[in-house]
Amino acid sequence: MKIIAAIKQVPERDAQIALAPSGQWLDEDDLAYTINEPDAYALEEALQLKEKNGGEVIVVCLGPERVASTLREALAKGADRAIHVEFDELATLDTLAVARMLADAIKPESPDLILTGLQSDDLGLGQTGVVLAELLGIPHATIIMQVERTSTGLRVKRELEDGWFQHVDMPLPALLTIQSGGNKLRYATLMGIKKAKSKQTVAVTPADPAAPAILLDKVYLPSKQKRTEILKGSPTDVAAQIVEKLKFEVRAL
Amino acid sequence: MSGIVSGMGCGVLVIAEQRQGAWNKMSFEAVAAGLELAKMLGVSCSAAVYGSSIAPLAAELAARKLDKVYRVEHELLAEYTADGAVIALEQAIRQAAPDCIVFPHTYQVRDFAPALATRFGQALISDAIAIRLDAESAGPIFVRQLLQGKLNADYRPAAPPSSGTPCFISVQAGAFSAASIESGQAEVVSVDITLTASQIRNRPGERFRESAQTVDLSVAPLIVSVGRGIKEQENIAIVQELADALGAELAASRPICDNGWLPMERQVGSSGQTVAPKLYLAVGISGAIQHLVGMKGAKTVIAINKDENAPIFEIADYGVVGDLFEVVPALTKAIQAAKA
Repeated sequence: MKIIAAIKQVPERDAQIALAPSGQWLDEDDLAYTINEPDAYALEEALQLKEKNGGEVIVVCLGPERVASTLREALAKGADRAIHVEFDELATLDTLAVARMLADAIKPESPDLILTGLQSDDLGLGQTGVVLAELLGIPHATIIMQVERTSTGLRVKRELEDGWFQHVDMPLPALLTIQSGGNKLRYATLMGIKKAKSKQTVAVTPADPAAPAILLDKVYLPSKQKRTEILKGSPTDVAAQIVEKLKFEVRAL
Repeated sequence: MSGIVSGMGCGVLVIAEQRQGAWNKMSFEAVAAGLELAKMLGVSCSAAVYGSSIAPLAAELAARKLDKVYRVEHELLAEYTADGAVIALEQAIRQAAPDCIVFPHTYQVRDFAPALATRFGQALISDAIAIRLDAESAGPIFVRQLLQGKLNADYRPAAPPSSGTPCFISVQAGAFSAASIESGQAEVVSVDITLTASQIRNRPGERFRESAQTVDLSVAPLIVSVGRGIKEQENIAIVQELADALGAELAASRPICDNGWLPMERQVGSSGQTVAPKLYLAVGISGAIQHLVGMKGAKTVIAINKDENAPIFEIADYGVVGDLFEVVPALTKAIQAAKA
């Protein structure tokens, strides 16, 4: 099975963020980046499917030069090769443009399966996978916890709301968006890191994007809707204050 | 009925969600958002419901202050599939010709609405928390959260919303209040759908739950909940001790259960349990929206987190900005002393 894992590089969760002077995105200068967490699970699922069923895993990432580090890490974890769709001005693209660039890069590979995370930790639009499937004319399923190869295609376990699940049978080729937590993530081994150096990364330049359908005007810190009373002092002091609240307000003590 | 007409189209169209004759309750929040948007833009608001055997639901929707209710009915829509929803709703939208289409941001909408928007050459503005009118362009602005709620962002359609360039948005759970919807008398319009079984590629199975839940957090009066900030599995013990001292149930945010540090049944949030305790004590939980929707009904929220900008401090009544590894043991001790 030829599997594409479409991954994104995003700011680290704990990164201290500052707004860019334009007010339209983050100041990227000292920002630390990592693989988008749900995409790490998509890559893991791809690697496990390859281990079970044989085949090839190709990682694809759209972005500027910095994303090369995330592709290298994916290769070190076991992906066979990488495609870097080089584009610097990510903030000017809407989901449709992103998906078009990925579709153009993926199409010549004719994969059996495309896996990607259910959403990104930064923009959180949660759409790239579904739009990509639509553009490629293949069926998709979202928020997937488990993937199993069947004689006719795939059986996937889809997460629904409130703790419900559903199995879905679908033909190949197909696209799945993967939920976090379905598998345990692997680390790159020293051997893997060594091997990655000899693996191939192909850079492709996307066609100029069409005018976006939606625009991100500005980003800003949310104004607090509710006034959280911040309790101050040493750990013992704040513990005593919380006990007061638990006694007289919550009446839990 | 509204006398305002925008071109030939129906103004704002809300796509309501149901399953086997029961509403997804977020549908009416989307109706509230649709009415708010329509008022802002000076256009009428209609709604659509799709599925099979939905006449009673269409009638129920028609008792709201809407212009029209589109009944998008087909036997192949009885069980949800993305293909069925996209094919049927594309036809309904082309017939109704709205300027804006509003969805509730449900798991189902996440599964099909991006593909539907693509068929119109548009991109969905998903999970919006607020709508306002831009003074300059007189067009709508939709507010979304970025980076798990650390930032807000204003999005707008590049072209003014019209039936030729419709704007697709979905609204976050709890962002709009269904209580504000006035009653009315809308006309029910049946939409004829062309849909064949061969167009539906996926075969969905029965819905199921993992295992009988032994912990019902929804009735727990006191909950101590732990998140990513705990760092290591062995550290959970200090939060367990706090919960024990307080006589509270222990709960967790998703990453903790994903890691297998606590069983899935202790997870609070959109994919776990929804709770409404007297006290929700959040330890090392930043407050991603998927978590907040599961616990914002708590009466009192106390949060301990090292990041003063964590979104949990948006909804907490009391907050401690500090090291949970110092604060939690001190609090356990203080509670034990108070109970002694």
